[in-house]
Amino acid sequence: MHLAPIDWIVLSVYFAFVLGIGYFLKRSTRTGNDFFMAGRAIPAWVAGLAFLSANLGAQEVIGMAASGAKYGLATSHFYWIGAVPAMVFVGVFMMPFYYGSRARSVPEYLKLRFDSKTHVFNALSFGVMTIFSSGISLYAMAKLLMALHICDGLMDALSLPHSWIFHVSIFISAIVVLAYVFFGGLTSAIYNEVLQFFLILAGLIPLVWLGLKNLGGWKSLKAHLPNPAMAHAWMGLSHARTNPMGVDWFSLTAGLGFVLSFGYWCTDFLVIQRAMAADSMNSARRTPLIAAIPKMLFPFIVIVPGLIAIALTPAVSPQMNASPIAQSAGIIPIKRDEATGHVMRKLDGSPELDYNMVIPALFKRYYPEGLLGLGLTALLASFMSGMAGNVTAFNTIWTYDLYEHYVYPGASDKHYLWMGRAATVGGILLSIFAAYLAARFNNIMDVLQLVFAFVNAPLFATFLLGMFWKKTTGHGAFWGLLIGTLAATIHHGLTVPQGSLPGISGGWIMSLATYPSLMAQNFWTAIYAFSACFGTTILISLMTEPKPEAELSGLVYSLTASLGQETQPFFKRPAVLGTLVLILVVALNFVFR
Amino acid sequence: MGLDIRKPIGWLFICLGLLLFATGILMPPAAYQKSLGINVDLSWGLILILGGILSLTLSHFSSKNLKK
Repeated sequence: MHLAPIDWIVLSVYFAFVLGIGYFLKRSTRTGNDFFMAGRAIPAWVAGLAFLSANLGAQEVIGMAASGAKYGLATSHFYWIGAVPAMVFVGVFMMPFYYGSRARSVPEYLKLRFDSKTHVFNALSFGVMTIFSSGISLYAMAKLLMALHICDGLMDALSLPHSWIFHVSIFISAIVVLAYVFFGGLTSAIYNEVLQFFLILAGLIPLVWLGLKNLGGWKSLKAHLPNPAMAHAWMGLSHARTNPMGVDWFSLTAGLGFVLSFGYWCTDFLVIQRAMAADSMNSARRTPLIAAIPKMLFPFIVIVPGLIAIALTPAVSPQMNASPIAQSAGIIPIKRDEATGHVMRKLDGSPELDYNMVIPALFKRYYPEGLLGLGLTALLASFMSGMAGNVTAFNTIWTYDLYEHYVYPGASDKHYLWMGRAATVGGILLSIFAAYLAARFNNIMDVLQLVFAFVNAPLFATFLLGMFWKKTTGHGAFWGLLIGTLAATIHHGLTVPQGSLPGISGGWIMSLATYPSLMAQNFWTAIYAFSACFGTTILISLMTEPKPEAELSGLVYSLTASLGQETQPFFKRPAVLGTLVLILVVALNFVFR
Repeated sequence: MGLDIRKPIGWLFICLGLLLFATGILMPPAAYQKSLGINVDLSWGLILILGGILSLTLSHFSSKNLKK
């Protein structure tokens, strides 16, 4: 892909604004509260868009378009079933305890509600996870820039080898993120997430518009799809064998829609931190609800490009030998082995498509100079804000949850602010390390992501019981988490997805059962982990002494006074807004059933 | 928090919009074969400029309300 000077100018204008915001916010970031919690002064709509964007990294955009090309509109379940109901639940029912308690982070809520061991377990695992996620963002961005050959000319001009693009990309994005988080803290990260949200819209809407126009509209797009079910969200979901995702409606709604989605949106500090920075309890509760509205519409700009790309790519057959002509006929390029350059083939011998290239390939196809710069800026912005989001979550967890509680309690606010800035530098250095680790040992990242999935899967059971059952105890919560994680690990060790060999995809203990797809296996792992954690927590809680009720006020539903939403005007009440959001999402599912 | 985010968003979109708009004017029509013959730089640039102005206007009126 060749960039014209105007594209570079567009990119530089964006960088100038990002750094400018960080510099401007430096003056108003004076206390720990400013740095870690954005002074709790963020209006609901800003917090809402940041809540949404913190999750909308470039890997998400690229991955959802890829999944759209692979599975069709059923991918929208990751938004409709797999996000919106959980966002409504966290806003209406859980936010009062996060925002209303004295907790400054999600793990700190566990400390107040339960005990130190549950707190440390969650804070440590979450902290490590943020570093690796941020490292993966850096790595993915560097890899994409290499694959697109955007910077080749620049490297030639500087007479540097092309392999340096990787190092330069990591170095520059780390410096930029460092600059704006170091000075402006959470406010800066939130502002950049909002900026990124609008940039993603600006960068992708013309793509959908041009693609649909090219194909002759939605109806014609549907007619061009290789499989008519791809234009429907629910077609073939009655059984795992009748849809390309290989999942059935039960594992989809229970595994994705309940366990995984509630586990992420209701307990992940990366997103909850945005709501906790809101300027009032009501704003904090409305944050996820406001985010849910664009969230449910996002399939139209991230999944539809996948549909467009596959509609414009002729079906690949085993006979196809990936000649240059065959490659240029379609939008989606054929996947090649990175080391050998050979075409990668499926079991039936047909070439595999490189679905992750959907968005860049569509940019290349439709975007003229100028707009191309804008599209790339949108992608780079979301890589960087994905990284910044993790870095801000990390510096808070390190400083407030670990350092202040267990390393150096009772220091001045100034000291903790200093530590937060130091943790930002440390977190970014560790992310760079993680990025190189990912580049060196691809498997390490896969294993780590699995471990995180095991640790996260049972988490929602702990929070659900902690917030809504006053008899839940610290011992119950801790052992529930451990047993839940263990259940996930064992389930993974005993099952394999169809077509995979025992190993990283499962069955490393022995292959007791085979799932129709990796996705089905993931959903069931989550269901088992949740159930094990839920059961164990109840059992052990019944055998141990709960905290006195007086200590649980503001932390548990039945022991917390009214939430005071009655004083708000009708349209600002979380319950009303939540109901509206749910009606809309049901309507979308119905229309695209 | 000292800075109304609508201001930087507004200015950024005006700058980006102007850049695209100018590109749209200066480029020969042949450059737009890719985008189905439509000068998307020109039209999308204009929309971005309008979006930026809207953002600044909203910011302006809300700060006026606050002063009242």
